[in-house]
Amino acid sequence: MDFKAMIIIMMSAALVNNYVLSQFLGICPFLGVSKETKSATGMSVAVIFVMLLATAVTWPIQVFLLDRYSLGFLQIIVFILIIASLVQFVEIATKKYIPALYNSLGVFLPLITTNCAVLAAVILNIKENYTFMQSMVNALGAGLGFLLAMVIFSGIREYTENTDPPESFKGIPLTMMSAAILSLSFFGFAGVIENMFG
Amino acid sequence: MNRLSTLTNGLVKENPVLVSLLGICPVLAVSTQAANAIGMGLATTFVLLGANIAVALLRNVIPDKVRIPCYIVLVAGFVTLAQMVTEAYAYPLYLSLGIFLPLITTNCIILFRAEIFAKKNTVADSAIDALGMGAGFTLAMLAMASIREILGSGTWFGIPLPVLADDNISIFTMAPGGFVIFGILIAIVNKVSKGKAIKKKEFGCAGCPSAANCQKGGAA
Repeated sequence: MDFKAMIIIMMSAALVNNYVLSQFLGICPFLGVSKETKSATGMSVAVIFVMLLATAVTWPIQVFLLDRYSLGFLQIIVFILIIASLVQFVEIATKKYIPALYNSLGVFLPLITTNCAVLAAVILNIKENYTFMQSMVNALGAGLGFLLAMVIFSGIREYTENTDPPESFKGIPLTMMSAAILSLSFFGFAGVIENMFG
Repeated sequence: MNRLSTLTNGLVKENPVLVSLLGICPVLAVSTQAANAIGMGLATTFVLLGANIAVALLRNVIPDKVRIPCYIVLVAGFVTLAQMVTEAYAYPLYLSLGIFLPLITTNCIILFRAEIFAKKNTVADSAIDALGMGAGFTLAMLAMASIREILGSGTWFGIPLPVLADDNISIFTMAPGGFVIFGILIAIVNKVSKGKAIKKKEFGCAGCPSAANCQKGGAA
């Protein structure tokens, strides 16, 4: 296994091509659940968890089932069903066996079914022709990038909530402006991979 | 409600993007070029129309408890159709929409309209509602994309504009530009509607189709 390639995939997914700030995936939870650092962290951990699980399930299904019997056209339907049932399953399982985890993540789980970041991660893994390990690393990197963006942004929002902008900029417009500045700062990671591994 | 107002509802008063703030991901991501915005708008309208008609047709058949998974499968089916048609007949568009074409499946507008409108209305009304909402989405996308393309690349629909083509501000075609322009558009909508448009619904769970399940599952 090529360790360097793994690091590159992970850094690229987490920092350079951050799902939220440079690819606009998962904007809804990014805006909706980022008011407090605690719920932002909970949501992100739930996303990482579901992304890893979904990748672990969808990759074998794509390779051993859809590709083998040339059913590739069913990809979207199969994947969204897997994600939806997986989320339900995780919710029921954690509620029964790990109540502590359920109490911290349970609220966020149903929201993840319609989170485009998860569906995007599993589809992109197949599109990029990643191996199983590469897919898992990519999912982990994407999830960590989501966590990073959410936590930083919730910190910013705790400040902007107390500011007094012009009337029409209150709420979402101000949040968008802060997101723009944060996404601008993530441009700083652009050359990281070339310079570290190039 | 008469049919004309159903149609215009989605265009202005309940514009899915600018007023209800739904389906923001594709609006921010695909709005770098006006042509792509139109393509994305048409694809979404197609899926919205198909899903609304199918949900309205099956509204007495689908059991209430499993309706959300049923809707998702219906939507995914129409998205697959849209993806195949685009790949076959508009390949450049297929390439530039990329991942956001399959992601129409998770666009909240579609589930939201199925849940709010198509579930309780006739097929014809649902189809009209879908057309209005689709047009509203396309117009919002076009507005966003026109601003970003003109300022960012100095072109409109790929046609170079005088003066602007020489000095373009390329940041507007990148991610931060998307956030800034969208924020300004929402601020303008706030100003014009005197804050009425957004005030009635704080962004967050209220606009989300899975809000009901979410509250049920988590509140304890």
